[in-house]
Amino acid sequence: MTILIDNTKRREAAPGVQRSLAPNPTPSTPASLYKKREQIYPKLAHGTFRNLKWLAMVVLLGIYYGLPWVRWDRGVGQPDQAVLVDFENARFYFFFIEIWPQEVYYITGLLILASLGLFLVTALFGRVWCGYACPQTIWTDLFIYVERFFEGDRNARIKLNKAKWSVSKVYKKAAKHIVWLIIAAMTGGVWILYFHDAPSIARDFFTGHAPMTSYIFAAILTFTTYSLAGFMREQVCTYMCPWPRIQAALIDEDALNVTYRYDRGEPRGAHKKGATWEGRGDCIDCRQCVAVCPVGIDIRDGLQLECIGCALCIDACDEIMVKIDRPKGLIAYDTEANVVRRSAGEKPRYRLIRARTIIYTAVFAAVGFIMLYALLGRTTLELNVVRDRQPNFVRLSDGSIQNGYTIKVLNKATEARTLTLSAEGLPSPLLRVAGQTGVNLIVPADDSIDFRVLIVEDALAEVGDRSDVTFKLVDPDSGVTAVRSTVFVTGS
Amino acid sequence: MSTDPTPKPDGEDTLPVRFDEPTGQHTTGHSWDGIEELNTPMPRWWLGMFYGSIVIAIIYAVLMPSIPLINSHFKGVLEYSDRGAVAQDIAAMQIERSVFADKLSGADLNDITGDPELFRFAMAAGKSAFGDNCATCHGAGGQGFKGYPNLNDDIWIWGGSFEDIRHTLEVGIRSLHEDTQFNLMQAYGRDDLLTRDEIKDVTDYLLAFTNRSDNAEAAARGTVIFEANCASCHGADAKGDRSQGAPNLTDAEWLYGGEPADIIETLNNGRQGVMPNWNERLDPEMITALAVYVHALGGGEPSELTP
Repeated sequence: MTILIDNTKRREAAPGVQRSLAPNPTPSTPASLYKKREQIYPKLAHGTFRNLKWLAMVVLLGIYYGLPWVRWDRGVGQPDQAVLVDFENARFYFFFIEIWPQEVYYITGLLILASLGLFLVTALFGRVWCGYACPQTIWTDLFIYVERFFEGDRNARIKLNKAKWSVSKVYKKAAKHIVWLIIAAMTGGVWILYFHDAPSIARDFFTGHAPMTSYIFAAILTFTTYSLAGFMREQVCTYMCPWPRIQAALIDEDALNVTYRYDRGEPRGAHKKGATWEGRGDCIDCRQCVAVCPVGIDIRDGLQLECIGCALCIDACDEIMVKIDRPKGLIAYDTEANVVRRSAGEKPRYRLIRARTIIYTAVFAAVGFIMLYALLGRTTLELNVVRDRQPNFVRLSDGSIQNGYTIKVLNKATEARTLTLSAEGLPSPLLRVAGQTGVNLIVPADDSIDFRVLIVEDALAEVGDRSDVTFKLVDPDSGVTAVRSTVFVTGS
Repeated sequence: MSTDPTPKPDGEDTLPVRFDEPTGQHTTGHSWDGIEELNTPMPRWWLGMFYGSIVIAIIYAVLMPSIPLINSHFKGVLEYSDRGAVAQDIAAMQIERSVFADKLSGADLNDITGDPELFRFAMAAGKSAFGDNCATCHGAGGQGFKGYPNLNDDIWIWGGSFEDIRHTLEVGIRSLHEDTQFNLMQAYGRDDLLTRDEIKDVTDYLLAFTNRSDNAEAAARGTVIFEANCASCHGADAKGDRSQGAPNLTDAEWLYGGEPADIIETLNNGRQGVMPNWNERLDPEMITALAVYVHALGGGEPSELTP
């Protein structure tokens, strides 16, 4: 007899056990691995942290858009832009600092400092970079501001997207996208100002004389700004960026984070006006924290990968708390450990100084010191010597010995220099510089020049097989010297 | 099973195409011993790239040189040619170089050293050309080998001023140039111009200049032989004659070796080393640059003041 099991009817599996329908594990249409993005409509929040974010945006964007225009006089013939990455001439200018290509390790040091600083700040205050300073956050915030300007706040935007196409909808959408493109184009355009003299390249850009790379990079950055801030938004943070994933290693239970204090908020539920607050939590499930969240999560679920720590939910909840006459800070910058402590009835403790933060600060300081020391000890005159190997030495007609050298003089000063060359370590050396009479070397500003130098030592001098000789370069005006040791070979 | 009873090769059967529930794809309708194959379609992106590449191929074949014809080929709508692009690059480079190269033509050493940028250009161009053309014989640093002069010292056979060096580069020595610098070291031994003993005596005479002869009598005999045979080119004092290209035999530098055996070999078999003429292979400006470079190696002599 065949036993027929009918799975389509809901029955009780056993007394008191609810049975639920499980999805067919082998559906006729294969499951998709792609989760389509659901549009998020963050509502405008008001409060301290929103104002802080506006301030950060204005300051940081102001720096980004304005810095290429700042001028810094370096003398005749030198670029007068304060911040300039000059690829053509292989120089990096930052106000009074000028870096040559062989000093690129300063940039490395800067990057190390930036990383350490980020680690330190995250260990202290959580994801403040993500929430306040990250370019993705700032430009997305700006683009949402534009969207809100044309389309209205959250509810209006949701309604507009659901509505049929009308003249006003076309106008709003078109205006928004045009302003987005303008901002994106400005962002891309300002990028290339960092790599050329800003007024010149801006003029050339619009007259069609800029190099091809300028147009290409401006186009690339326009495209990326427009798509990342206009469309990709929180997907960049959730899927593309490595910071959320490193967060787990950088945050411990004593790091301040945007935290929903569930010890105070639970159990949550609707609250009628005038009812008691006994035996229930302060969270009235108004979902304002969810409404303002730009990444569309519920902070009441706890610390999440998607949460960028922008603290807008803090502002939103505080606003509501004030309205229902409860103390602010249901969501606040707090630590995991403290929530647990308060749940257990203990006092909260804030341990900003702990092993982790001390180590980060110490390493940061050490690297910073090393860089500062290197930067301050930087000379504007450098000398390198390469001795001729073929031939090792030359015997002249009168029996004296000649060695040839190629010396490279790096003049990092902003004016040309006349330097005096001398050689020390030999009893009676004769110094000759090819192509000129005398040993005064003229080196142009901000340049490095090769010279061919010959040392001739008398045949009868008491010089061994090899002797050490030191080239010395002196700037008589400023007293700056550069020395480099090499050898003199006689082959005797 | 199949309606056709005849078995196909490899045990293949045909079945009606059926829809496979677990994978959501249709089968191809072939069955090999009961094993069926799913007709999963290509991924859309893959197909798109494939069709796209066909379109691109057609566009490319129209725009670029593509189809070989009998004696030529289809040049393409854009008429692009790699060789043409290289020729353009070379022409552009010549124009860039001409800023300095023009200054080099007809310049003498004072003109060049008086302009530091021009001098550096000449040195760089000379160094590069030296590596390509001269280093094979004279060595990477001009240090020379047996039979190839050391260009770093101040010992010159045909003159070491800038003009002399330039002239030597242009016409060569015993080269194919019609105005080449020409002389011969005769093969005294092989051509029976001197006997073996006479050659030995001359060798002793020469060794005496650097205090290496231990036979004073032979050196004295050699003096007489030298005056009769060699002094016409090498000078009565054996100090050489640059106008004839005869080396100075009294110094410690020997182009072909200064050991007694080497000197005997030179006297026996003679020497006719060849320095090629470079006027056909190199531009005049490049020859000037090379002369500047060689002159600056360490042995360059000042120019003679012409009256």
